[in-house]
Amino acid sequence: MPQTSYVRTEMVPERAPPPSTAGVIGWMRTNLFDGWMNSILTVISLAFVVWVLLSAVPWLISPTWNATSLQECWALIEAAGKPEGACWGVINERWPQMLYGFYPEELRIRPTLAFFLLFVALIPVLFNMISRRMNWLLLVLVLFGATFFAAASVLMVAVQVVLGAALAWLAYTVVTTKAGDRAEAIAAGASRLPNPLIFSALYVFLMPWLLWGGPIWSPIGAAMGFVLGWAAYRMLAAVIGNLGAIIAAFLVPVVWWLFLIGYFVSALSSVLPIGLEPVDSRLFGGLLLSVTIGVTAIAISLPLGIVLALGRQSDLMIVKSLSVMFIEFIRGVPLITLLFVASVLLNIFMPPGTNFDIILRVIIMATLFASAYMAEVIRGGLAALPRGQYEAADALGLDYWKAQRLIIMPQALKISIPGIVSTFIGLFKDTTLVSIIGLLDPLGIGNAIRSNAAWTGIVWELYGFIAFLFFVFTFSMSRYSMYLERRLRTDHG
Amino acid sequence: MSAQEIVREVDHSHMHVSDKMAIEIRDMNKWFGQFHVLRDINLTVYEGERIVICGPSGSGKSTLIRCINRLEEHQAGSIVVDGTELSSDLKNVDKVRSEVGMVFQHFNLFPHLSVLDNLTLAPIWVRKTPRKEAEEVAMQYLEKVKIPEQALKFPGQLSGGQQQRVAIARSLCMKPKIMLFDEPTSALDPEMIKEVLDTMIELAEEGMTMLVVTHEMGFAEKVANRVIFMDAGQIVEQNEPTEFFNNPKSDRTKLFLSQIL
Repeated sequence: MPQTSYVRTEMVPERAPPPSTAGVIGWMRTNLFDGWMNSILTVISLAFVVWVLLSAVPWLISPTWNATSLQECWALIEAAGKPEGACWGVINERWPQMLYGFYPEELRIRPTLAFFLLFVALIPVLFNMISRRMNWLLLVLVLFGATFFAAASVLMVAVQVVLGAALAWLAYTVVTTKAGDRAEAIAAGASRLPNPLIFSALYVFLMPWLLWGGPIWSPIGAAMGFVLGWAAYRMLAAVIGNLGAIIAAFLVPVVWWLFLIGYFVSALSSVLPIGLEPVDSRLFGGLLLSVTIGVTAIAISLPLGIVLALGRQSDLMIVKSLSVMFIEFIRGVPLITLLFVASVLLNIFMPPGTNFDIILRVIIMATLFASAYMAEVIRGGLAALPRGQYEAADALGLDYWKAQRLIIMPQALKISIPGIVSTFIGLFKDTTLVSIIGLLDPLGIGNAIRSNAAWTGIVWELYGFIAFLFFVFTFSMSRYSMYLERRLRTDHG
Repeated sequence: MSAQEIVREVDHSHMHVSDKMAIEIRDMNKWFGQFHVLRDINLTVYEGERIVICGPSGSGKSTLIRCINRLEEHQAGSIVVDGTELSSDLKNVDKVRSEVGMVFQHFNLFPHLSVLDNLTLAPIWVRKTPRKEAEEVAMQYLEKVKIPEQALKFPGQLSGGQQQRVAIARSLCMKPKIMLFDEPTSALDPEMIKEVLDTMIELAEEGMTMLVVTHEMGFAEKVANRVIFMDAGQIVEQNEPTEFFNNPKSDRTKLFLSQIL
């Protein structure tokens, strides 16, 4: 007879788990030695890792840093009594070229400054935990550092004094803030200091100026296009209605950029010739070229991809078919074809005598290419959202754009983060394809170095270093996406 | 737990049905493709009414209330909500939507926003209320639905019953004149149904105009002033609750009641 009646008289208190399932031992048991099959695999994998390290490390540690040719490397390795070793002289001699290409040596401070400022501009976009004050501190620090590389002059000394004072004051306020008051102080500082995103917006115009040089009126004129568009919208919205004002807000800047900006720049330059020495696009190369193309294309392809994804989901027949046609066409064509179009064909369609910058053309093609993929990635995120989210937004009276901006896109983009970052990483690596149309990206530089008599026959060191450069960037992007996914998790804890 | 036990005693003292029309539906028809979901619907709702709509699944009751804030578009007839006719004119649609609150079966809270942000979003972006004021109002409503301590949590961290109460509070933050409930308790565990029904009763006691699609017949009996039975896309029978439950007229109603009670 089974016993059917039972009443517990005492509740069981909470106990710690058995030691073999917790702590280091527990972790090793569940992750490394969970059953004999896993234990064997663990041992084999460890043996493999050790073997790889034993073979690679002696090769990597090689006394060839100062060699000036491959033959010299061999002599040094032989002298050290090693059977083989890496030839690091090529990196030592050529790394500035791999970073900057043929960018004039005395002007390399400009791309370097642009690169550091890129981080200052990106931080408030990418992270929301850093305080405004820290961000401005960083900006002043970078600018202050940069002044020491510029030619000495009275003006530069004055700038240094001002920046140094600002730096000292900002650092002082950071140091004197008690740890406990930090949150409050950050909030107070947030209301005093301007939003660092202002600098991020300015950077968009600052970067091309630093890289290509020219009169300061060019970036100012480019920025004025946006101001004019906004002004056109504000003035005309009341007169000719919303739609007309939006069309005007598109047309006015386009007309400005295409036809009028030239007069603006030359007129002001003749009055106030302030500017940086111009650098031709042909001199760009190495990582500088990859980063310039990659960062610009990444920054533009995301908003463009969002617009295309929304267009593809639109109820408006023409918008929808145009988006579908664009996406399917671009995805159906290899990037190399587009790059050839950019380098060769585009000039045929241009009026004779137009000088359409080659890097700009490549950026446009890479952006269009990435945005088509981006659109599909984001469409996946949109499709994953339950219909109820759209309905709840509608039921609360949010219009289409507000619902997209506040409800739909934040969630769809969050779902799409892995895909978006994959597209970014793919795009960044695809920038190496520009070597095919004669631009000297790191791989193009590598080929140039290998064709030099002193370094003919060198492979691993060169490509390993280029791979390492790319890995630093792509791995950072990958880690950032993981951080972002963690930060945006709202389903628990 | 029977239906009667989960519904608490109801105070009817503030429930007044006025003679002002809140919703007027005339000869309304709707099709999903070839399928005729709503057929010749005529319904007038007066301010202060608490109407429960019941019927077998697929009878069109959800579609009916979703037509009232134009989550679904009707193809024939007219719907006038608080003096505004629903048409393809988006301005009218937005006006109606900001005056009609809706509570869904699956809550449809915004999972990427905190509870407080869920509540203040529409007041800030649609009504242009200053954030501080919107947050104060939101806290009032969270207290009303008895979960002020959850304001900074995310919807995914709350139980189903709490989520549905947040959803009700979210609608109330827009100060709606009419509340629509689309099976608000169907996705909830039994022990959570009561807390949501209590909130709804409280709302009814304050005189809110409510249209509720539900299978909670205890709620219908004690709170509603009118029960509508729908079948095959039509209003088959409507009556005040005592009459409806004790003395159903049509055979379809009798069959339906015999199956659920």
